[in-house]
Amino acid sequence: MSKNKGLTSLNDRSAAIPPFVPAADDDRIICRCEEVTKGEIRKAVHAGLWTLTEIRRYLRCGMGLCQGQTCAKLVKGIIARELGVSPALIEPATSRSPMRPTEMEVIANESEVDFK
Amino acid sequence: MKNTADVIVVGAGIIGNAIAYYTAKKGHSVIVLEKSEIVGNGGSSRNGGGVRQSGRDARELPLAMYGIENLWPGLSDTLGYDVEYVKKGNLRLGKTPEHLKILEGLAATGQRCGLDMRMIDGKEVREINPYMSDEVIGASWCPTDGHANPLKATLAFYMKARELGVQFLTSATVTNLKKKAGKLKIVETDKGTFEGDTVILACGMGARPIAEKVGIDIPMKSVLIEALITEQEPEMFPQMLGTAEADFYGHQTAHGSFLFGGSSGMEDVNADNGTPVTHSITAPCICRGIIKYLPRLAQAKIVRTWAGWMDHMVDGVPVIDRIDEVPGLILACGFSGHGFGIAPAVGMTVSELVEGTKTTVDISGLTYDRFKAKA
Repeated sequence: MSKNKGLTSLNDRSAAIPPFVPAADDDRIICRCEEVTKGEIRKAVHAGLWTLTEIRRYLRCGMGLCQGQTCAKLVKGIIARELGVSPALIEPATSRSPMRPTEMEVIANESEVDFK
Repeated sequence: MKNTADVIVVGAGIIGNAIAYYTAKKGHSVIVLEKSEIVGNGGSSRNGGGVRQSGRDARELPLAMYGIENLWPGLSDTLGYDVEYVKKGNLRLGKTPEHLKILEGLAATGQRCGLDMRMIDGKEVREINPYMSDEVIGASWCPTDGHANPLKATLAFYMKARELGVQFLTSATVTNLKKKAGKLKIVETDKGTFEGDTVILACGMGARPIAEKVGIDIPMKSVLIEALITEQEPEMFPQMLGTAEADFYGHQTAHGSFLFGGSSGMEDVNADNGTPVTHSITAPCICRGIIKYLPRLAQAKIVRTWAGWMDHMVDGVPVIDRIDEVPGLILACGFSGHGFGIAPAVGMTVSELVEGTKTTVDISGLTYDRFKAKA
């Protein structure tokens, strides 16, 4: 598979990228929380999802209990390889509050209002 | 990529992507220009996923009814990607006699437009959804409403449009519009100049400064609203929920998480720093609202909260229209926080405006020249 030399930005979503070639490890789980495989991520890149955020929104990898703390870097590497670009070109997804899963009744307790 | 096409769409949210898909399907070449690096990064991926007719203004209700009757049921098959559409009804809940009055008004509007929507009492609410607290004394019930996955639906339209040959350019900010022989043709961006026979602004609030370049002003403002999602929970109920007070709305997703949107009442005055940031008072307020109606969710864990701007039109419904003064310009903006559910019907309708044919759905209440001073 030849590296695509022309792709210096991810903006032209019709630009040619190396073709999808099935791989022996496509069934390997990359996102453990949401059980997303390497093959699913690779296919999504070839369907036009070129940013970490789009992949995450479509496949849910990084949306589970750990919020991508385990797999974000792996997914980034897979996207970069499929596009034939440096991983530095792939922006991280936005981290979101709360830092760890928190019960509604705990978050609700921010004011004195009786909510029960 | 090419820089000329039959149609230039500005905005790669669900509205722009749906327009691109339906227009390309009719054989037109399309270029979509998106300001963000990410496709669908505005309200399209930040909303509650409601595919609802109930509670809508009579002017945009025909789009909602047409989409639910004709487009949403087959959308996953049409696009080739699962958009997780569920058509199991919408309960809009009330806890006080004042709430019921609001709901009766909404139900009357729906019924006037031919929508199957009626008032039910607390007992019937709990027959439909046994998790509702005893505080709920009634609701409006529309059995043909439902919900879908906004992240997947937005990207599904994008991926299918791209398959049909639509060219998407991200990180491209429109800087100017120019006419050629009296007709709008040229779209200048920081990534080059593009030319088309029709230019469609489907970029939410972004449409206002762009339309101003050709002398058109659309009376809308941005309002920041917020949403949250829980971890995966056992399957509880399939309905879309809302309240008379509009303190929260949401549903349980196909994944099992609960997705809720809402507001604190401070949206008009909350500060932002140019990015859609969450405020510390909003998620707690939404949670208090949810717990009062759905006590079982008190221990459900929130995993993410986020915010998004809506493009709020002064009268609460969008502009979907050809602009007489600027031949070649079509506007589809100002969806005011409820554009997701009507997006497929809007995409189809705008593709008809592109061809100049009579639209299948009546959009005569959504013209750009309807705004008048109060006296």
